[in-house]
Amino acid sequence: MSSYLRPTHLDEALQALAEGGRTIVAGGTDFYPARVGKPIDEDVLDVTAIDGLRGIERRSDKAGDHWFVGATATWTDLVRADLPGWFRHWKLAAREVGGVQIQNAGTMVGNVCNASPAADGVPGLVAMDASVRLASLAGERDVPVLDFILGNRKTARGPDEMVLGLVIPDCGEDARSAFLKLGARKYLVISIAMVAAVLEPADDGTVARCRIAIGSCSEVARRLPELEAALAGKPADATLAAVATADHLDGLLPIDDVRGTAGYRRDAALTLVRRTLAELTE
Amino acid sequence: MSISFNLNGKQVATEAGAVRRLAHVLREDLGFTGTKIGCDAGDCGACTVLLDGEQVCSCMVPLGQVAGRDVTTVEGLAAVDGRLSDLQQAFHEYGAAQCGICTPGMLMAAADLLKRNRMPDDEEIFDAMGGVLCRCTGYRKIVDAVKHVVQPNGVDFSNPAAGAAMGARALKTDGLRKLDGTEKFGADVAPPDALWLRAVRSPHASATFTLGDFAPLHEKYPGLVRVLTAADVPGNNGYGIYPDVKDQPAFADGQIRFKGEIVLALVGSHEAVFGIRDGDVPIAYTPRDALQGFDAALADGAHTIHENHPGNILAHGYVKKGDPAAAMKTADVVVEDSFETGFVEHAYIEPEAGWAQRVGDRLEITVSTQAPYMDRDEVAQLIGIPNEAVRIIPTACGGGFGGKLDLGVHPAIAVAAWVLDRPVRCTWNRIESMAASTKRHPSRITARYSCTNEGDLVAYEMDGDFNTGAYVSWGLTVKDRVPVHASGPYYVPHVEAKSRAVFTNETPAGAFRGFGIPQAAIAHDTLMDMMAEKIGMDLLEFRLRNAIRKGQDTATGQVLEYSAGLDQCLEALRDPWQKARAAADAFNAKSDGVRRRGVGLGCMWYGCGNTSLSNPSTMHVGIAADGTVTLYSGAQDIGQGTNTTMVQVAADGLGIRMDKMKLVWGDTDLTADAGKSSASRQAYVSGRAAMMAGEDLRAQILRLANVGDGASIEFGEGRLMVTDGDAVREIDLAALPADKRHGNVLVGEATFDPPATPLDEMGQGNPYGTYGFGAQVAEVEVDVELGTVKVLHIWAAHDVGAAINPIQVEGQVHGGVAQGLGLALMEEYFPGRTENLHDYLIPTFGDVPPIDVYLIEDPEPTGPYGAKGIGEPALIPTPPAIFGAIYHATGVRMKRAPATPDRVRAAILAARGDKP
Repeated sequence: MSSYLRPTHLDEALQALAEGGRTIVAGGTDFYPARVGKPIDEDVLDVTAIDGLRGIERRSDKAGDHWFVGATATWTDLVRADLPGWFRHWKLAAREVGGVQIQNAGTMVGNVCNASPAADGVPGLVAMDASVRLASLAGERDVPVLDFILGNRKTARGPDEMVLGLVIPDCGEDARSAFLKLGARKYLVISIAMVAAVLEPADDGTVARCRIAIGSCSEVARRLPELEAALAGKPADATLAAVATADHLDGLLPIDDVRGTAGYRRDAALTLVRRTLAELTE
Repeated sequence: MSISFNLNGKQVATEAGAVRRLAHVLREDLGFTGTKIGCDAGDCGACTVLLDGEQVCSCMVPLGQVAGRDVTTVEGLAAVDGRLSDLQQAFHEYGAAQCGICTPGMLMAAADLLKRNRMPDDEEIFDAMGGVLCRCTGYRKIVDAVKHVVQPNGVDFSNPAAGAAMGARALKTDGLRKLDGTEKFGADVAPPDALWLRAVRSPHASATFTLGDFAPLHEKYPGLVRVLTAADVPGNNGYGIYPDVKDQPAFADGQIRFKGEIVLALVGSHEAVFGIRDGDVPIAYTPRDALQGFDAALADGAHTIHENHPGNILAHGYVKKGDPAAAMKTADVVVEDSFETGFVEHAYIEPEAGWAQRVGDRLEITVSTQAPYMDRDEVAQLIGIPNEAVRIIPTACGGGFGGKLDLGVHPAIAVAAWVLDRPVRCTWNRIESMAASTKRHPSRITARYSCTNEGDLVAYEMDGDFNTGAYVSWGLTVKDRVPVHASGPYYVPHVEAKSRAVFTNETPAGAFRGFGIPQAAIAHDTLMDMMAEKIGMDLLEFRLRNAIRKGQDTATGQVLEYSAGLDQCLEALRDPWQKARAAADAFNAKSDGVRRRGVGLGCMWYGCGNTSLSNPSTMHVGIAADGTVTLYSGAQDIGQGTNTTMVQVAADGLGIRMDKMKLVWGDTDLTADAGKSSASRQAYVSGRAAMMAGEDLRAQILRLANVGDGASIEFGEGRLMVTDGDAVREIDLAALPADKRHGNVLVGEATFDPPATPLDEMGQGNPYGTYGFGAQVAEVEVDVELGTVKVLHIWAAHDVGAAINPIQVEGQVHGGVAQGLGLALMEEYFPGRTENLHDYLIPTFGDVPPIDVYLIEDPEPTGPYGAKGIGEPALIPTPPAIFGAIYHATGVRMKRAPATPDRVRAAILAARGDKP
């Protein structure tokens, strides 16, 4: 028989993890689908009752001034949160996660920990250079999202660790962001490809920095450093989209699956990148 | 540890484990079965409940998380006195529930929305409810209902007067219980002491296997009562829908022919049978190469899947009229092309479920099904008992579409209940439902069509292969139906159509809304477009010119005498067609070239009833001593509304208000055989029988009263007043002897078997009593850079003979369009890879466009008050209409369904000479 622990204090949770062998559950939206028709006989740590983990708030600590998204904050919490405009891309992603039922239960941290190549929330985090804050009895550590997600369903979380939340550094005040998700139907769709981008304009109307991440086109969401370099300094206007070329997507490693071919993903990703840039410069 | 929470306003406590899914605890521990389970994975939303007022999928909420919180289920929506909420009432009046399995989830999602937004627009409804899938309605009537909650449209939904039920927009007789959570589906009815049965299925598509010793398993799991295998089947270990073909085993007997085939069953406590991992069951498989797809199965040296079918060919179908080879040479224009479709999954939201018990020498099976009597006879021969010793008690069927015509849970629970003499229940989970249930036949079709420069069709030739998977199922029907319908609903002087059904090591392909005709329609109607383009004729006018009309003969030489309304369908669509074509051209002229619109047209015909076979329905209408009038209908309601339409025609046949007629349905001990809910036959065949049974009872009453045909009957308590001119006669019902079966004093009975004749070796004959006809126009927008296709609007004209109930007919059209859209754009089942509802995509709220329905009524004299079928016809023209629209938009012809974004984009690039 499985044991089910739902502590209210973080210490209890970390203690339980230190004792080993627990599966962490929050919204349950990845946990249960993976167990259809299978016995649930593992030991579970439900983190949803732990005090102080649900906020989406400003924080200032060793990581500097940043936004902190707690481990049990849901997609709906994100959609409803009063946040700077440059969170727009991530809110758009939140609205495309499953149906409202999933958004009401599922968490952004769970999305990161599940480490699906098609995780809707991850490209947005990658485009914001977000980090994952982990805690164990030994202490806390912050790990950039791209170092945390090691591959398909693989993360750097130790068995004794839990994720406390996501650390999102400030973007510039004028930053704006966009998100495009491509799927074969309107709702409840796993993406074929998706693009999240955050553009920070310079005072002269050029691009100071534009960070772009692509999801579902590699095992882990990827940034496009060559394209980002090419965009820097270019006028942030209608000409920007044309800067992106197929070569800039060479680093992607898409696969063939039931949702689309690798070639199609590469082709569609370029279209999505250009459209994202066009949207950012409208 | 006890967990307590507030359920629908009352405090409840349960000892259930905290990690258990809330949906399971609500249903199994607390008895609240109104919450449905469709997938256990958050993919379908059927289990939606409100948790602290917000919608969640209760299949993914650990019980531990609801401690101390508020949970509202569908049972909590109506007022305490049972009065429906405004939302439930709107669902009822707008026909928003068909089978009703998704309805609780829909209602809860809508309730969540309406709390925040009393006047939502379409997009807001889509966004709020997009997490719930419906496979019946096409969503549009649900949207209407949610809007209607605060914006009543003034339609009068009152019950029709006596004699006026035919054609009335009457509300569903079983509608209320689909809205308040009381409807019972296959998984809702087992007694608490029933043992659970879980199938263990092969992970290999082709293998042999041996079984080991089960004693250690019993030792480890004391709750395991029995492991059932092929050796335990008391009768014939084989089933199949044809009387002489019983090739699919109840339990595999050493041979595995597809992945997901049942090897054995674990029977015992829930804890035991669901606690055992498949890997712990001693089955030693020896896999071998699986034959997947046509080429593998037909290759030289491929192994033989069934010994009696060398070369893996199940059968050939053939129709030949005239001399097409010679005629083809005389035609001005000849077009030829090849088309492919894949497996399509029914994806009803209710997985297969039921329970069985042995009652002395009889066996009772309570189950979700489309075919109670066929189930009865199938189970009887599996157990080796007379047909009459089996009783099938159908539950409400949470969607069928052909997938619940074949046996599902029945064989295993029947054997278990018989052998163990204990009640046994089984509910398939979504994965096994998708892995083990039948599919639409994948097809590859090559066809040639020819015409004159004036636009008259000359000849059609078709060669089609249909992948019937590992077992026969309905493969023989598909291979027969396709050649009969292959050339489409047109008059064609010369036709030759060949079909083959091919065995593979894939999921058995069976019956799915249209039996191969949707696949064939993509071919014939795409070729129609190609011919029209070559001769420069409008696509609609070309079809209208060639639409088969009364007095003309079909490919099988059947001369249509009545009810052939394709021409009227096309005329009804001419205006929207011309406007939509012009609007698309205007849009494209201004477009940046990235988004392009197109408008396409598809036509269909479909023979109602079994092909060239007897398929009678028998109905009874009884009146009891107290005056209660009851229709005994074996026509299984699978959401299409036979529980309502049968009452309508029977009531009018008798001359009583339909709300005064009680209904007893489905149970094979209580109703006569009304055949299967398949082949678009119930409205036509069973409807005719129901009408005549009502008429028969009326005739008996008039004879008793010794009055003429024109007399009127007043139905009172315990007596009838019969008035014929000045003569008034009273019949004292209590004075008449009552029959033993139902306690009725008078019983009207009627049987109808549609007129049909066998096909000869050239496929000539009259295979059906009547045909449904239809045409649809689809408007799409294609994103040329991404290959995505959004359907913007559908105009659907269908000749239904006469609409018994327009709400139900519109519901069938909407649902058929939605499934046709899915087939055209997104649905393809890959055995072993898409056994869930997130990898296998069906249309969601935002995918089904507004649908304008045009009901054409060219009466069919053999049908009830002129009616014929609509269930399957509605799906068939949608895919070719969408493909035609994609061509209009982009200039590329899609020849493989589904036209997924990657395929559309690849076709566009190929047409430009670019590589994808």
